[in-house]
Amino acid sequence: MKQPILFAGLMALATSAVAQDRPVLTVMTYDSFVSDWGPGPAVEKAFEKVCDCDLQFVGAGDGAALLARLRLEGARSEADVVLGLDSNLMAAASDTGLFAEHGIKAQLDLPVAWNDTQFLPFDWGYFAFVYDRKTVSDPPKSMQELADSGLKIVIEDPRSSTPGLGLLLWVDAAYGDGAPMLWQELADNIVTVTKGWSEAYGLFLDGEADMVLSYTTSPAYHLIAEGDDSKAAAAFEEGHYMQIEVAGKLAASDQPELADQFLRFMLSEAFQSIIPTTNWMYPAVMPEGGLPEGFETLITPAKALIYPPQEAAQRRDGALETWLNALSR
Amino acid sequence: MAERAQPVTRAWPGIGAAALVVALTLGSLAAVALRAESPGRFAAADWAALRFTLWQALLSALISVTLAVPVARGLARRRFAGRGLLISLLGAPFILPTIVAVLGLLAVFGRNGLISDVLGWFGLPPVQIYGLHGVVLAHVFFNLPLATRLILQAWLAIPSEQFRLAATLGFDARDVARVLERPMLRDVLPGAFMVIFVICITSFAVALALGGGPKATTIELAIYQAFRFEFDLGKAALLALVQFAICAAAALAMLRLRVPLAHTAGLDRPVQRWDAAGGRQRAADAVWIGLAGAFLLAPLSMIVLRGLPGLASLSAPVIAAAGRSVLVALGSTVLAVGLSLSMALAIETLRGRRLAGVLETVGYLAIAASPLVIGTGLFIVLFPMVDPTRLALPLTALVNAVMALPFALRILVPAVARTERQFGRLADSLALTGWPRLRHVLLPRLRRPLGFAAGLAAAMSMGDLGVIALFAAPGEATLPLQLYRLMATYRMEAAAGAALLLLGLSLGLFWLFDRGGRMNAAT
Repeated sequence: MKQPILFAGLMALATSAVAQDRPVLTVMTYDSFVSDWGPGPAVEKAFEKVCDCDLQFVGAGDGAALLARLRLEGARSEADVVLGLDSNLMAAASDTGLFAEHGIKAQLDLPVAWNDTQFLPFDWGYFAFVYDRKTVSDPPKSMQELADSGLKIVIEDPRSSTPGLGLLLWVDAAYGDGAPMLWQELADNIVTVTKGWSEAYGLFLDGEADMVLSYTTSPAYHLIAEGDDSKAAAAFEEGHYMQIEVAGKLAASDQPELADQFLRFMLSEAFQSIIPTTNWMYPAVMPEGGLPEGFETLITPAKALIYPPQEAAQRRDGALETWLNALSR
Repeated sequence: MAERAQPVTRAWPGIGAAALVVALTLGSLAAVALRAESPGRFAAADWAALRFTLWQALLSALISVTLAVPVARGLARRRFAGRGLLISLLGAPFILPTIVAVLGLLAVFGRNGLISDVLGWFGLPPVQIYGLHGVVLAHVFFNLPLATRLILQAWLAIPSEQFRLAATLGFDARDVARVLERPMLRDVLPGAFMVIFVICITSFAVALALGGGPKATTIELAIYQAFRFEFDLGKAALLALVQFAICAAAALAMLRLRVPLAHTAGLDRPVQRWDAAGGRQRAADAVWIGLAGAFLLAPLSMIVLRGLPGLASLSAPVIAAAGRSVLVALGSTVLAVGLSLSMALAIETLRGRRLAGVLETVGYLAIAASPLVIGTGLFIVLFPMVDPTRLALPLTALVNAVMALPFALRILVPAVARTERQFGRLADSLALTGWPRLRHVLLPRLRRPLGFAAGLAAAMSMGDLGVIALFAAPGEATLPLQLYRLMATYRMEAAAGAALLLLGLSLGLFWLFDRGGRMNAAT
């Protein structure tokens, strides 16, 4: 058993150095995008077919880690494109002054208007509480109903996770001045707060909680990949906060044309059709064939909530304060 | 021992090793601090985090060490089928990636776990695990085995002649405890307590998963927040410094508390215990070993059970990652053993001088280091010169080795001291110095501690996510990183399979080294 494993490891080490003569486009993105199970491998293949270049991904943690990494590298970064920041991080990303304007007029299929000049969305989704139909027969219809119920939930920490931050802004956007009150009422529903999405979702699947903070699209994974229709997202009448994932071109890129070509490719059929069943999010531009079978079973929120990037950046510190105060009691 | 004049030059390799540790820990911290735009400031929330951190670490370390004493005593004086296997398995909780161990623990103690199920049959409500007690439970699960192993090691090092003499003098178990065992415990307990205390200070994923909310905020999480939420490098560096300061203070207190043994020499013969033959002692030992075994093995069994279905469908990327992890672990082991042995020898050479204390304290720094700070510091230093992603695997091996160093040192320093005490004079009188002394006197007697240290280093490296998460190139993932990627893409069953593979490989490496060290050793 051991030798083949060693051999596989050595092979993998050896193949990383391959001679290059084509131009290299470096795309920095979050880790799960480049994983063997994410969109990365398929996107690389599809783009290299049309670009006569070598597309190289660099992975770094998640969206927030990506921004921290970019700040550390600054203008010396070898990356040409950064892909995977979300709308809540956009203002901070833009403030670094590292991004160039994209100059692309795109026809997007988002529930909200998009006119940012530096960043282009590649996918989006709604945050939602996901539950198991077998254990929760009568899901709450609002955050308030959830807080009033005896249901147990797992959420992610806003200080270490992007969905966690999303929930802060969701409550803030939906309840405004009532947010501190709502958090206090939610406190006894929260089983625990995890470092990231994976831990929270793992706890939920193991039955440690009735609901987990995730996305409206999460049940699609279970349905399409596992043939399991027991998972569902609860639709809340006050609306659902959106996560829009974006990409931008770095001003210091040494391959600006290739970077432009990649951004245009990102909004094309070839890229967008990969997204739904690898990243389990909605594509920013609807593919010709529509969404994969199974997505039609997902809930469609009555109202899409989202703060413009600047406002999201301004509100998050106060929202964090509220959250900490309510849950530290 | 002052008459045995040892030239300081012999301590140079150890001093060099210590310098490397300082560069990686304090150096990386300095790199982060220098990049900061403004100096960090301590906020009220950070004080709360500090209090919680210290409190839970204190409780966790106290309970782990207290419980470990009777378990180690039982293991030291009993022989039973499966004892060796049990001792090897004791290493397991410690080396598992946190997320795997936490899910294993919850399968037993969680709302939907075994214990809650049993309570449910009697109409009782499920266990409430989330909160301070959950954090402490998890930390005891991780560290009780480590404490047991450290204490067991010292127990087995009491020369058999002393028990023989005690039996001749008609000592009962209480006399043996007073004359032989308590002094040994005073020697080993402060060190074991201290190591676990510092581990618990820096482990934040456990606190976060089981703490039940922001009440359970640790300094490490505050560092995370400074990095990711605020991108305030000054604050991250300040918090990391506080973490170091706590660790250094604890290390100094430990050095002061510790009462080194003044044991006489023995002849390395197997230990036989005449004092512990009574039925009550047998029963007590059986109960302690049984309870500890159940507490540690039940969550492990759950990890195995839930991993089995996924094991059949392990994909090629996971196997390749496993291969990379084994290579990284082996490299890391060689480094860790080399560094720790040279430091242990230097500490022994310099014993009595202030420098020895400095070296020993430096050896502990690495546990207090935040992987996030080390990784970021390395990145800041390396980035202008070379693409850090190209060095991801060697860097991971190096950082993992330094992370394992405190544990290896904890094992080797007392062992080297003991050997020198017992055989140093004889070796001196034979004018054995340098390599021949190492080869003929020290190494044969250090086999068992070296094997244990190497096993621990290998297993820790296998299970550690380490710095690779910060700059792994695609296609260069290690097994723990691949496990997280599987989970991040909803593939929980495959992740459980990967976790089982990881558990198997870690334990396998640990067993190989540990067993190698114990071969031909009758005790």
